[in-house]
Amino acid sequence: MHEFEKHPDLPPPTSQMGVVGWLRKNLFSSIPNSIMTVIALYLLYLTIPAMVEWALINADWVGSSREACSSDGACWVFIYARINQFLYGFYPVEEQWRVNLGAAIFVVSLLLLVIRGVPGKAWIGGFTLLIFPVIAFFLFSGGIFGLEKISTSNWGGLMLTLILSTVGIVAALPFGILLALGRRSDMPIVRALCVSYIELWRGVPLITVLFMASVMLPLFLPSGVNFDKLLRALVGIALFQSAYVAEVVRGGLQAIAKGQSEAAASLGLNYRKTMALIVLPQALKVVIPGLVVTFIELFKDTTLVSIISLFDLLGIVQSALTDPSWLGFAIEGYVFAGLLYWVFCFGMSRYSMHLERRFETGHKGS
Amino acid sequence: MKGMKALAAGTAIVVATFAGTVYAGETFDNVKAQGFVQCGVNTGLPGFSNIDDNGDWKGLDVDVCRAVAAAMFGDASKVKYTPLNAKERFTALQSGEIDVLSRNTTWTLSRDGSLGINFTGVTYYDGQGFLVKKSLGVKSAKDLGGASVCVQSGTTTELNLADYFRSQNLKFTPVTYDNADATAKAFDAGRCDALTSDQSQLYALRILLKDPSGSVVLPDVISKEPLGPSVRQGDDDWFNLVKWSLFAMVNGEDLGITSENIDDMKKNGSDKPDVKRFLGETGEFGKMLGVSDDWAYNIVKQVGNYGESFERNVGSGSNLKIERGLNALWSNGGLQYAPPVR
Amino acid sequence: MSSDTSAHSQSQGIAPSKPPFWRNPRVHALFYQVVLLIGVFVFFGYIFHNTVVNLENQGITTGFGFLDQEAGFGIIQSLIAYTPASTYARTFAVGLLNTVLVSVVGIFLATIVGLIVGLARLSKNWLISRLAAVYIETFRNIPLLLQILFWYFAVLQALPSPRQSFSLGEVAFLNIRGIYLPEPVFESGFGVVFAAIALAVVIVAALAKWAHRRRMQTGQSFHTVWTSLAVLIALPGLAFAVMGAPLGWSLPSLQGFNFTGGITVIPELAALVIALTIYTASSIAEIVRSGILSVSHGQTEAASSLGLSTGKITRLVVLPQAMRVVIPPLTSQYLNLMKNSSLATAIGYPDLVNVFAGTTLNQTGQAVVIIAMTMSVYLTISLLISFFMNWYNRRSAFVEQ
Repeated sequence: MHEFEKHPDLPPPTSQMGVVGWLRKNLFSSIPNSIMTVIALYLLYLTIPAMVEWALINADWVGSSREACSSDGACWVFIYARINQFLYGFYPVEEQWRVNLGAAIFVVSLLLLVIRGVPGKAWIGGFTLLIFPVIAFFLFSGGIFGLEKISTSNWGGLMLTLILSTVGIVAALPFGILLALGRRSDMPIVRALCVSYIELWRGVPLITVLFMASVMLPLFLPSGVNFDKLLRALVGIALFQSAYVAEVVRGGLQAIAKGQSEAAASLGLNYRKTMALIVLPQALKVVIPGLVVTFIELFKDTTLVSIISLFDLLGIVQSALTDPSWLGFAIEGYVFAGLLYWVFCFGMSRYSMHLERRFETGHKGS
Repeated sequence: MKGMKALAAGTAIVVATFAGTVYAGETFDNVKAQGFVQCGVNTGLPGFSNIDDNGDWKGLDVDVCRAVAAAMFGDASKVKYTPLNAKERFTALQSGEIDVLSRNTTWTLSRDGSLGINFTGVTYYDGQGFLVKKSLGVKSAKDLGGASVCVQSGTTTELNLADYFRSQNLKFTPVTYDNADATAKAFDAGRCDALTSDQSQLYALRILLKDPSGSVVLPDVISKEPLGPSVRQGDDDWFNLVKWSLFAMVNGEDLGITSENIDDMKKNGSDKPDVKRFLGETGEFGKMLGVSDDWAYNIVKQVGNYGESFERNVGSGSNLKIERGLNALWSNGGLQYAPPVR
Repeated sequence: MSSDTSAHSQSQGIAPSKPPFWRNPRVHALFYQVVLLIGVFVFFGYIFHNTVVNLENQGITTGFGFLDQEAGFGIIQSLIAYTPASTYARTFAVGLLNTVLVSVVGIFLATIVGLIVGLARLSKNWLISRLAAVYIETFRNIPLLLQILFWYFAVLQALPSPRQSFSLGEVAFLNIRGIYLPEPVFESGFGVVFAAIALAVVIVAALAKWAHRRRMQTGQSFHTVWTSLAVLIALPGLAFAVMGAPLGWSLPSLQGFNFTGGITVIPELAALVIALTIYTASSIAEIVRSGILSVSHGQTEAASSLGLSTGKITRLVVLPQAMRVVIPPLTSQYLNLMKNSSLATAIGYPDLVNVFAGTTLNQTGQAVVIIAMTMSVYLTISLLISFFMNWYNRRSAFVEQ
């Protein structure tokens, strides 16, 4: 009797494996597919080498004036010469350590929050949300502890962009949570007020809100009282943003199974305790990815303050483009600003996706 | 809830620090108390107000702010500048965010009458003109029928432009932007055939072009544009001080007093009575304005007289190279004339 | 809460001691609400009072009276007749129509581009799907304002002066001042053609309804698409021929500095539409992708085992189900696009914010009235789009059952 003898598996045909197989499967599986691939490759051939040549190979990297930009590539010297202004605005150079220190504290506390396994996250979070803004404010504006007073009109560049977006979201957070609770409340008047507030702000463009903050807000205040322009913009942004935060938080509240609050009620907890101890802690965890997305939107939207003549990152790049001694480098300026925004936004959106995957287990009530 | 309270308290602190309180009718006292003049200037207009490489504000409009600070505090650097675009300028003044608006703003009846502000004088007699590319071959504004014209929106310039073409029965296409830089950039790119603005601005914007010598300012002047500082209504002391700070600069030039020779004059004692009054050696003219008697000395010493400021910022000492023209002293055929200190 | 109490009392048969009225949750709720309402009224009253006092102090008279005054400034693009002699009310209408124009065009193009990119992202072709991913991640993560400025700058840089225009057969021109296209001029008698178009639309609608009913009753399908197309083309075409082709064209021609005649698409509009389309399409693409992915594979397999063709599977099985997931986020993208069109002010496109909340506000100083009017317009459009999309969503959900 012929005994069954196991031969090793034959390798798949060469057309199905290796580079050739991959190409066939992914790029040339059918005639229309092949045509699309060829067209795409041709377009890439047209654009990529030209871009690399302009941005890297032919570019000017060193020098201090526009004379250094003699080639027909990009003039990164322009960015280099202005980098301090792009990052700090008109903040005096000798005082910039204060901004750096503030940024460092912020980054460290964020890292502590993000890295898993660090104990006492509630305290760190509380510090970042409540105490840090106060420290940062006095650090940046000075006027106490012998720090030189730096007027907010000197704040600018990336620093201002970050301040506007973080303060905007931090200020909007508590108000947004209240609005979300109000929108889901049983009390008809509270609900109606919250719904109108949310829909009102979500229905108008941010730019009209900023116009309102810069032109109308002074009229609303008692005669004679006035706010700093930056604070007015911040008030506008926070009011606007709280409506968006409210909708995100509402999504989180809806995701918490009703059984949770019913269980809490049957334990005899009142509404405030149910919300504060049972529902919100769960809901807020669920909405963190959504909040990060909201933050990204806000981060991009802060560019609008350049229209009410605050010099954020885009605003200061724009104003640098009109410097008579550096005319004609608009593309470099826009590319630099775009790249900076992109790095921040892309990084945060990846982080938000990562969080979403991490939170996917459990907690998803119906 | 504790967190909320802490947050509310924190907010209150921040608000208290940000917010200022200015009551109408008390501007003078408030400025004195806070120790600096809050001055609204253009976000960037070469020669009138722009930031130099060191981050300092420079320009003819800026010098008016410095003169007011010199009169009030004896120190021209006690100014907080707030850059404003055309849209925000009046609100900023009305709300008390700034104490004086010195931002190439045209003095008109409706602004005096309906905005709650008062103009204090004229720093620059201007008129609206056109900037065109030489290659276009246009010699007069009357040849601009059918042209696209770049203009800054929300200005008197925009209204004058429409009026002018209507009165000449010509068609035109307005291309508007909300800041001067953008109009210059668009004109440079060829988006429009002509750029219209106050002539002073045209010279200032021309140096922002890639090829400044390729463009020319047409001789036509289609409007009167007296530019000057303005203050909120309701405090006549403050109005007087701002008004006389500007007059002091003009009077200084009239009397031949410059920042160079003023110390000499003061030390050696001039025998001219009007110079003595100006320098505060006789009379108590400073007291009448509520400041020290050497107010005019401080202005001319630290800021310079009107002629010095003009030449340094927009005239022969700058790259704008604007002629004195209408802005020469009355004694030289111009319009600059200040009431006497007496 | 109250229902619990009553159930409790019934089961026990003994009335529980009634809580004092200040412990009653209903009273609590009422109390809180009244306090809140009073607070809101006081707050708004305070703001209103301050505003009135401030305006009075500054000698500003407020109200709608300014709307009848002459505007005195020109506007580069207007869909209705406008001259500097028109009123401020007219500037409002001009700005509003320009906002609507850019929003409608933007929504239309962004939907198409978004759909294509979204499908490309799901393509089996590795290269195409990667390119779509790069497109999405690039444009979604750069602020729109920056993109608008960039495109405007790029448009202005790339195009020639009017005298060196690119031309297409001497009827259409492209230069830095815009795209110049021939404009149709309707002569007398064209009304009949319009009537024919309207009639054709009515017929097609009736036909669709009839075909739908027949399919529901008998299961027979009817080639609605081809018949409809035939009606839509034939009827107006016939009317056009009978009336003796009552249509002329106004061609653009270079006169003096610029082209005159024809339709002009100004570069500001072009740049704004390009930027809005590219930016919004990157979000729409993601929505389309997740919508299609949300339809389970079993649906496609079941449909193909029933013998449906690929086209029919997509049209009748996948898309209707994907739409249910797609519509809500798509609505908010449309709303975003409409609101984002207000960034026009950065490049000088005369939309509502630029013309009315910008120039008109600046010329009149009527901040309160003008900002309030502008905000209510956006709010109204937002609510209208929301209502429409909700209605559509409900309808498509109903059909599905």
